[in-house]
Amino acid sequence: MGGYGDVQLLRDDGLRLDGRKLDEMRPVSIEAGILPAADGSAMVTHGLNVAVAAVYGPMEAHPRKIQRQDRAVIDVRYNMAPFSTSDRIRPGFNRRSREISKVTAEALESVVLVERYPRSKIRVEIEILAAEAGTRCAGLTAAAVALADAGIPMRDLIVGVASGKVEGIVVLDLDKAEDNYGQADLPVGILPNTGEIAFLQMDGDLSPDEYNLAMEYNFKAAAEIHEIMVDALKRRYEGGEN
Amino acid sequence: MSNGQNGAELRLVTPGMAIGPSAGMRVGSGALAQNDTIIATRLGWVKQLNNTVSVDPINSAYMPRSGDLIVATVAEVRNNLWFMNINGPFQGLLPMSLAPWKVEFGAARQHMGIGDVVLARVQEVDECHNVVLTMKGVGLRRLNQGSVHSIPVTHIERLRGEGNATIQRLRDACDCRIIVGENGKVWVDGDADGIAWARQAIDLVHTSGHKKTFEADMSALEKNAPNNGDA
Repeated sequence: MGGYGDVQLLRDDGLRLDGRKLDEMRPVSIEAGILPAADGSAMVTHGLNVAVAAVYGPMEAHPRKIQRQDRAVIDVRYNMAPFSTSDRIRPGFNRRSREISKVTAEALESVVLVERYPRSKIRVEIEILAAEAGTRCAGLTAAAVALADAGIPMRDLIVGVASGKVEGIVVLDLDKAEDNYGQADLPVGILPNTGEIAFLQMDGDLSPDEYNLAMEYNFKAAAEIHEIMVDALKRRYEGGEN
Repeated sequence: MSNGQNGAELRLVTPGMAIGPSAGMRVGSGALAQNDTIIATRLGWVKQLNNTVSVDPINSAYMPRSGDLIVATVAEVRNNLWFMNINGPFQGLLPMSLAPWKVEFGAARQHMGIGDVVLARVQEVDECHNVVLTMKGVGLRRLNQGSVHSIPVTHIERLRGEGNATIQRLRDACDCRIIVGENGKVWVDGDADGIAWARQAIDLVHTSGHKKTFEADMSALEKNAPNNGDA
């Protein structure tokens, strides 16, 4: 959040630098079941972001001290590949990836029926192959599709979307320039069928009206992405009869 | 509730998707009632039978049940028991008293080590999901040869076929011994060509077991089987 600056983020015709309208999302495509070795997997392409998620388990939780007697533990590892941005990222965990892993795990715990698998662990690996702002949302969406693909019982899918503010105007789905030089970023995890919010973070400042508009944009985008998620899961098993 | 399979096309649902009103209906597996609506909790096909709505999952973890015949792998060894990987959310416990040998305390390692594969039966599953296995029984043994392959638990019936017809056809086609564990692990033993062909067949179950074209694909594969006179 660079705040006000000399960088122009909105064109004179009211559109954004990449030609999108204020409430327009970057193109999203999702493919389920891309990793044959994983129990469930998905790849989400959101604008220039590429996120791959793999789910393994449920399996016996090790070390045993992490086991919970009444529920499964969701072990999320979010990682950005060294080549995901123009500046090489040093491999391994860092403060940011730990934080995103934690909030993603907590968001997923609210939709997965963890009480069905006491003492076990569900491993979710999220790898960001290309990054252009909004990777935690793309990663969360990919993780939700991968969990559904793995047959993990969930009470809803979960969609990661973000809105923000640039040049004093609320916009949907920030790109890299808007994220770097804008004034606010509001990523949320939305349960599309119930409309509940599983995670919400905010960077920068929004007035109550701006916040309400940003959330309106987020819910609209979540509905669109949810359709793409459902379509990806159905496409994976098309031709099926069971 | 017009989503059952009675004459209608099967409906694929994703988690959170509304299946129909819950009034007068019972909720089966893979679904739950929420605000007067039955919603799916799994990716799968909606089934309706005797006023019970359930979702037949496309993919699922193995949930052990008493009496299941499984192919398990030794994961840990203690002085008097083995922890077995049963391809499920919980490890199975094989005490030395239920092993097929007389095992002295502290000598468990001399009989089976980590990575050894056994054919075992689930003796007991308690309410805390503690799984006890037994190797006392006809045919239960350590599997010293052959190879182990995996298929989704939901495709086991496709591999077996009606009255074990498909699996028997495969056994005849590749001249191999094949045991399908309820936990999705398949043990194959025979000559190298037979195992290689059986592996192709198992891979086909893995990739196409849910498709309508499965039977045709399997028949096509059988034409290349080692024991097929046409091959």
